[in-house]
Amino acid sequence: MKIYIQATAAISPQNTFAQVPFLTEPVAYTGNRLQTIEPDYKNFIDVKLLRRMSRIIKMGVATASACLQEAGETNPGAIITGTTYGCLEDTGIFLTEIIQRNEEMPPPTAFIQSTHNTVGAQVALMLKCHNYNNTFVHNGFSFESALLDAVLLLKDKEADTILVGSVDELTDNSYTVLNRLGLYKRKGISNLDLFATHSKGTLAGEGAAFFLLTTKYAPAVYAQLNGMATFYEQVDIKDIEQQILLFLKEHHSNLQDIDIVITGKNGDAGEDEIYDQLKQSVFVENRLIQFKHLCGEYPTATSFALWMAATILKTGEVPAITGSQEVQKHTPKKILIYNHYQNKYHSLLLVSSC
Amino acid sequence: MSTGVFIAGSGVITAIGNNIAECLSAFEKEEAGMAGITYLETIHRDTIPVAEVKLSNQQLAAISGLPSQSSRTTLLSSVAAKEALDNAGIKNISSLRTGFISANTVGGMDKTEKFFTDFLSAPSKGRLREVINHECGSVTELVARHLGIHHYVSTISTACSSSANAIAFGARLIKHNVLDVVVAGGTDALTKFTLNGFNTLMILDRQFCKPFDEERMGLNLGEGAGYLVLVSDKVAASLQNTLSVKLSGYQNANDAYHQTASSPDGTGSFLAMTGALARSGLQPSDIDYINLHGTGTQNNDLAEGTAIKRLFTAPYPKMSSTKSYTGHTLGASGGIEAVLSVLSIKHGIVYPNLRFKTPMLDLDFIPQTSFLKNQQIQHVLSNSFGFGGNCTSLIFSKL
Repeated sequence: MKIYIQATAAISPQNTFAQVPFLTEPVAYTGNRLQTIEPDYKNFIDVKLLRRMSRIIKMGVATASACLQEAGETNPGAIITGTTYGCLEDTGIFLTEIIQRNEEMPPPTAFIQSTHNTVGAQVALMLKCHNYNNTFVHNGFSFESALLDAVLLLKDKEADTILVGSVDELTDNSYTVLNRLGLYKRKGISNLDLFATHSKGTLAGEGAAFFLLTTKYAPAVYAQLNGMATFYEQVDIKDIEQQILLFLKEHHSNLQDIDIVITGKNGDAGEDEIYDQLKQSVFVENRLIQFKHLCGEYPTATSFALWMAATILKTGEVPAITGSQEVQKHTPKKILIYNHYQNKYHSLLLVSSC
Repeated sequence: MSTGVFIAGSGVITAIGNNIAECLSAFEKEEAGMAGITYLETIHRDTIPVAEVKLSNQQLAAISGLPSQSSRTTLLSSVAAKEALDNAGIKNISSLRTGFISANTVGGMDKTEKFFTDFLSAPSKGRLREVINHECGSVTELVARHLGIHHYVSTISTACSSSANAIAFGARLIKHNVLDVVVAGGTDALTKFTLNGFNTLMILDRQFCKPFDEERMGLNLGEGAGYLVLVSDKVAASLQNTLSVKLSGYQNANDAYHQTASSPDGTGSFLAMTGALARSGLQPSDIDYINLHGTGTQNNDLAEGTAIKRLFTAPYPKMSSTKSYTGHTLGASGGIEAVLSVLSIKHGIVYPNLRFKTPMLDLDFIPQTSFLKNQQIQHVLSNSFGFGGNCTSLIFSKL
């Protein structure tokens, strides 16, 4: 059974939403925090609903809606979401109310919307979609778990179109905490120079990306999703190399077939060592491009990479800002995504043009 | 592909007992777990009854072998998951493709609450170690590591149906030959966050809850964890224990009616039950016992009851809400009630729905009111419904 990406949409710290040129005018940030560029939500969400929604819900629902609109789909066979942190803003609001009012009747709205499955639920509610609805919240595997669930449902023929995606927001509180934990660069740099520096820490990111997966081929599809794999808590570079080779073999592919490898390089000198080593070993002959200088680092960033891969395959364009030094010889046909989050959550995705 | 998904073990911790044996004994003695609040620090201590697990974090840590600074969600999870694994008696767990799929809704919120109080006074305040495992996924990972499970881990959070969805996802990973063994279920600890949240929704009964009673006044919150060890047919055949229960059906559906309220006709619950029955190849009349979602709120019990009335015809199967004992354990409830459903089949028992007095006007059936032994229980349906219209039904069958 073949699985296709029929439509995709992304809200990110770059201009990626709706009909815009494909990363031709990269947005530069100074400091260590990249924030999403939010569209006019009124085109995607009922104004009455909008007023009550927090930022992550708006981002998630609008991205999901845009993806569905592109495909002309109003009743997907399943809605599956990945989110590591869930609705942090509402969680923070309700926690603050509890503490500041000493538990004396805090207003319920933030609590109601703090549930991790709010985005998936709101999409279902908007569509009146009674089909399968699930939300995965497993740190650096939140999106990958959602995607695996979608693939299995399609293979089971439980659905022939599935809306799957991820959304994570960075709030002032979570940014402060993660910054204190030492995740981000201490010195402010431009995100567009991220890979020119060699220091500890990465850039904080956030975003939403959704995909409509289908088993029905149509000429307008973006790409075929050939396969995916995850591996957990791998530390040895040899294991990682082996997993990559094994994954390609399982999908009847090899490194010579891969036109582009999208890596999850994030500018942290320690974490990037893996990518640097792979560049010298298994990926030595491959054209490597990057994405985290565009969207920042967050546990569901793989979805941005998949959005980028699908868009490259559909348009045939490889944005210069992704860092490819090679002159393009031919239109890319096959893309491998290898991402790791904190050297603990490793994922591989293989996509190809149809 | 595995032809079936078999239950090799189970483990549970709730307000009525710290393991299966203690819980079963409390069911038979009709001893509910609700009481005044002992461990949770809250101003509602003397006014809102809850079903707390009767152990401090230190005691839970001593049983589980985890540090006592761990979040209570993590501690509860590790106790029940360990019992499930021990109970399954699978010797070579590390040589099999073993996964841990655990659900929860609060993550390390009990610790975050402490952190946040200091953090609000100044952004540089608050001990980071109290917030570092806030995410739901971190709870799963800490327990997976403690159990020695490294091959596959995942976490689901769909409010009160979370752990039923974890079990269904685990089953599908086995069916697809992705994994051989899955410890699946969920955990949730009581926190100020959830207690105040449900309190502001005005759905907490100030007395012990009365599910499926016309006079019901809301739910009691509880805490705990429940896990099943799911195995493929291949692993099942290799075990010394003879397995007696399989997961025969599961289905998730969405009510798509309201963020928190259920539709009056119980659309989501109806679709979940119908789908689970279809998958298992069973008719409604084949079901011997329904472990109800039965929270005790006006809205849930009417929606669920209406859906049952639409799907089943008299004579109705026996049914009860074990939340009348354990309280509503939120993200853990689907896992705990799955364990209870399996035990119902294994031991031929039906749990009573405590404190039931007045039949609901809209329904032509009433729940089971006394503990039943020596029953022939072939098929059990377990319902779990949550915020966001998330409805999941599981069906367990005797082999």
